[in-house]
Amino acid sequence: MTDAETGSSGIEMINVTKRFPGLSAPAVDDVTLTFPGGEIVVLLGPSGSGKTTTMRLINRLEEPTSGKIVVAGRDALSLDPTELRRHIGYVIQDAGLFPHMTVAANIGLVPKMLKWDKQRISDRVDELLDLVDLPPATFRDRYPRALSGGQRQRVGVARALAADPPVLLMDEPFGALDPLTREHLQDSLLALQERLRKTIVFVTHDIDEALKIGDRIAVLDKGSRIAQYGTPQEILLNPADDYVEQFLGGTSAMRLLTFGRVADVPLEQVVSARPGDDAAELRATLREDGRCGVVLEDGDRPRRWITADELTGVTGPVGERGSPTAPPIRAHDTLQRALEALIQVDRDRVPVVSASGAYRGTVTLATVQAAVRGMRDEADA
Amino acid sequence: MNFWEYLHSRRELLLFETWQHASMVLQCVLAALILGVALGVAVYRSPRWSALAAGSAGVLFTIPSLALLGLLITPLGLGVAPSVVALTLYALLPIVRNTIVGLAGVDRTLVDAARGIGMSRAATLARVEFPLAWPVILTGVRVAAQLALGIGAIAAYVSGPGLGEQIFSGLGRLGGANSVNMTLAGTLGIVLLALLFDGCFLLVGRLTTPRGIRD
Repeated sequence: MTDAETGSSGIEMINVTKRFPGLSAPAVDDVTLTFPGGEIVVLLGPSGSGKTTTMRLINRLEEPTSGKIVVAGRDALSLDPTELRRHIGYVIQDAGLFPHMTVAANIGLVPKMLKWDKQRISDRVDELLDLVDLPPATFRDRYPRALSGGQRQRVGVARALAADPPVLLMDEPFGALDPLTREHLQDSLLALQERLRKTIVFVTHDIDEALKIGDRIAVLDKGSRIAQYGTPQEILLNPADDYVEQFLGGTSAMRLLTFGRVADVPLEQVVSARPGDDAAELRATLREDGRCGVVLEDGDRPRRWITADELTGVTGPVGERGSPTAPPIRAHDTLQRALEALIQVDRDRVPVVSASGAYRGTVTLATVQAAVRGMRDEADA
Repeated sequence: MNFWEYLHSRRELLLFETWQHASMVLQCVLAALILGVALGVAVYRSPRWSALAAGSAGVLFTIPSLALLGLLITPLGLGVAPSVVALTLYALLPIVRNTIVGLAGVDRTLVDAARGIGMSRAATLARVEFPLAWPVILTGVRVAAQLALGIGAIAAYVSGPGLGEQIFSGLGRLGGANSVNMTLAGTLGIVLLALLFDGCFLLVGRLTTPRGIRD
C-alpha cells in the first residue's frame, strides 16, 4: 500500500516479530499489518493472542526482535523511543492517571515535556476537558481518586490527546467499566473520532465492542496471526475460517442487523387514510387489500391501525376509529432496533417515520429477513 | 539535692548536651537518608540486588551497638567520628528497606503509563515513582530517627557527644551524689527529644505528601 493510500498519519508494520527471552514461541510472529490514517482499527483476540504486545510494539514499549514499523511516515525504530511516544497518544485500562497529580496536571504532562508555555498548556487543558464532556471549572483541580471510573477514563483520553498526536493507542480502555458507562464512552469516542479523525489502534477481546468501534477489525490468533482483516460487515458476512466463526459465536445474523438502517431496506406500504375520509370507501379498499391500514393525523403522523371489520356499518367520516399504533421507529434507526420494536408489539408491523415524524411505511419481520438475505447475497456476489 | 534542683543547677550543661544529641541524630539521619535513598534507587529494579542491599543492612543491624562502637575506636579513635559513623549505619537499614519497598510498591501500570506517554526513565522516577513512594520512605526515616536517638546515648561510651554522658556518669557512680538525678535527666531528655522528633516528622509528612494520595 502506498503512502497516499495509508494517509500521512497511518501506521505500517512489516514482517514484525517479537520474541520474549525464555519462550520458544514468538509472541508476535511475522506480522504485516497496515493501519490506514484516520481510521479505527481494532485488534481483536482472546487473551494470549499477542494483541497487546502487537500494539505496544508501535510505541516501542516492547522492542521488536525483527521487522520494520512506520508511524505517520517516520521509521519508528530509528527514533528515540521517548520522543516517539510523545507523539503517540496512549490510553490504558483504568486510565493509569497519576494519583498525586490533579486532573489538569495529568493532562498537561505531555505538553509540559514538550516545553509549551504555561498559558498554552492551561488553555489546552480546558479545551480538552470540554472535548471529553467534563466541565473544566469543576474538574481541573480534582484529584483522580475523586472521580468515577468513567470520568477517570475520559481524563485518560484527554491526556492522550493533549499534544494532538496523529496516532492513538488504546489498550482495552473501557474493559474495567460497567456496561452502561462502557457503552456511553464508546459513543463518546465515536463522536470524538467524527471530529478528530485520528489513526486509532484499539485493543479489545470484546467482539461487540470491536464491531461497534472498528472501521476495520483484525481478528488475531496465537502469535498474533491475523486470522482475518476487514470491515465489521465483511467479517460477519464472510468469516475467513473456523477460528473466526468460532470467535463470532454464532450470533452473527443478529449482529449484522446493527449495520443495516431501516431507511436502506424496502418498506412495506399499507393503505393510508385520514380521519376525514369516507368510511365506506376506505372499508372497501381495505377489504380488497386484506391487510390493515394506517390513519395519519397532523402532518402525516401515524396514529392508529384500522381494519375493514372496524368500519363495518359505519357511515360518514372515519373519525377516531381504529387501535393506536406502537411508537414509530425512525428511518435512521438500525434494523436491530426495528426487530426489537417488532418483538414488543402485538401487531405484526411497526410504522416508520422520517426524522420530521412523517409516515414513510411499515416494517414487518419479513422486511428484516429480506434485508439480512440481501446483505448475504451482496457479500457472496 | 532533689531532681528539680539538679536540673536547675546544671541547666546550661543539660541544654547543651540535649542540643548536641539532637543535632547529632539529625545529621546522621540526614546522611543516612541520602545514602539510603541512593542505595534504594540503585537496586530497586532488581529483586536480587534489593535482597542483597536489605540483607546487608540487616546484618549491620544485628551487631550490638556497644560492640560496633568499640570496634570503631581502632580506626577512628574516640569522640565524634565513631559515634556519627555508627549512628548513620544503624539509621541506614529502615531507610534502605523502606525505599526499596516503597519504590517496588508503586503500581506497575502507572510506571507503564508514564513511559507510554513519553517520560524518560529519570523523569518517571522523579515525577511518578518517588512522589508515590515518599510516604513509605518517610516512615522509614521516622523509625531511623527514633532508633538513632536511643543508640545515640551509647555514643558516650566512646566519649561521643550528647545526653549519653549523663546516663553513663550516673550509672558509673551508682549510690554516689546525684547519680540517680543524672541518669534520670539523660533518659528523660532523650524521651522528650523522641516525642519532639516524632511530632516534627508528622508535620513534615503532612507537608510533603501530595494531596491526592494523603489519607
